[in-house]
Amino acid sequence: MASPRKTAVAARRRTTLLIATRKGLWTLAADASRRTWKLSGPHFLGHIVHHAVADPRDGRTVLAAARTGHLGPTVFRSADRGRTWKEAAQPPAFKPGSGRTVDHTFWLAPGHPAEPGVWYAGTSPQGLFRSADGGATWTGVDGFNEHPQRKAWCGGDQDGTPDGAKLHSVLVDPRDPRHLYIGMSSGGVFESTDAGSDWKPVNRGVRALFLPQPDPEFGHDPHCVRMHPAEPDRLYQQNHCGIYRLDQPAERWVDIGGTMPKSVGAIGFPLVVHPRDPDTLWVFPMDGTDVWPRVSPGGKPAAYRSVNGGKTWQRQATGLPKAQAWWTVKRQAMTVDAAPTVGVYFGTTSGEVWGSRDEGRTWKCLARHLPHVYSVECS
Amino acid sequence: MIVRIPGLLRSYTAGADAVEIADCATVADALVALDTRFPGLRFRIVDEQGAIRPHIKLFVDGDLARHLAAPAGGVRELMIVGALSGG
Repeated sequence: MASPRKTAVAARRRTTLLIATRKGLWTLAADASRRTWKLSGPHFLGHIVHHAVADPRDGRTVLAAARTGHLGPTVFRSADRGRTWKEAAQPPAFKPGSGRTVDHTFWLAPGHPAEPGVWYAGTSPQGLFRSADGGATWTGVDGFNEHPQRKAWCGGDQDGTPDGAKLHSVLVDPRDPRHLYIGMSSGGVFESTDAGSDWKPVNRGVRALFLPQPDPEFGHDPHCVRMHPAEPDRLYQQNHCGIYRLDQPAERWVDIGGTMPKSVGAIGFPLVVHPRDPDTLWVFPMDGTDVWPRVSPGGKPAAYRSVNGGKTWQRQATGLPKAQAWWTVKRQAMTVDAAPTVGVYFGTTSGEVWGSRDEGRTWKCLARHLPHVYSVECS
Repeated sequence: MIVRIPGLLRSYTAGADAVEIADCATVADALVALDTRFPGLRFRIVDEQGAIRPHIKLFVDGDLARHLAAPAGGVRELMIVGALSGG
């Protein structure tokens, strides 16, 4: 019989996925081996849940960004791992008189471990918000929202990506809570070294084929930006125009998508990094040719993994449909766990959740018949 | 005045489909009173710039209120409706 301590450790290590969809929030809980999964939910049935994120600092807080077709955007908070929920008393909203309105909160990010209770939120249209009380009340980060260059960086609120321009990929340097990055579609990647008081574009070397200039300072379309937790000077991004790596203090991104197979291309939404190895990352390509179908290339979905910082890529499709599977994985809908052999998970626009307990070598469908999946995060 | 609550907002009113509030001069005042009693409700139907959200309709004694400054003094009923929004 297992000791109580061993049982507790095993319970802590178990992976639970938060599945945010266009029609509500579900959870998928694994057994200790990650072979058997139990689907629970829905929470907020009928709500459009853009992102649901657990707080790794306390292991119990979960925030969910939601709206409905009729109702305005809000944030729900749970202090008991999703069993009960309360609405934020003051959800992200632009200042009265600014003329801007939050259509939806798109991205949620826990703050630095030294700042418990701090969270960041990115909205559509592009706005950055901060909470210092675990998501109960939110205020705008004026250094970005009121920045004199913001409109030049982002364009107008009606410009941008098909479902509305977005501020996403809020990254906090584990060495310094004042060092932040954001990604914007459209706008590009921006960096702050003073807790968001000022920002500078960090886009050199990234293509923006939809702009007239050959190497613009901003205006790019990063889809997903990740900072490696063990080597925070290393950033990766899946962009509208390829895949890139930045090793600061270098200031130019390096194109690492050029070695992807030509028939697959280097376009996609998500990118995830190995929790410990800075050279290992995964992407999930989609068709970005001609009219941008945004489906699995050729109807044959596959993850691609690199174990050398993007120099080479391996196709990982064992267990996935071999043909006629025309779905896409959105930018928040792919994640990893922290197990010794890393689990990789993704949700599809067709409502399936897939997982691999061997770092992408083999895949298994963990849930199907859900609504369009917007995000998958480990809890 | 009686405020008719649509199904999509009854999570705020503990399921009540109608609530009574004191008389108010304007629709804006009525929604502030409603939000004081049911915190969070107002922001779901009115944005941060004071505009009624696109798929919400407010009827004052049967007449469509197009903005929050619409008078509400002496009215019997404020009806909140979730208009068509599908998909």
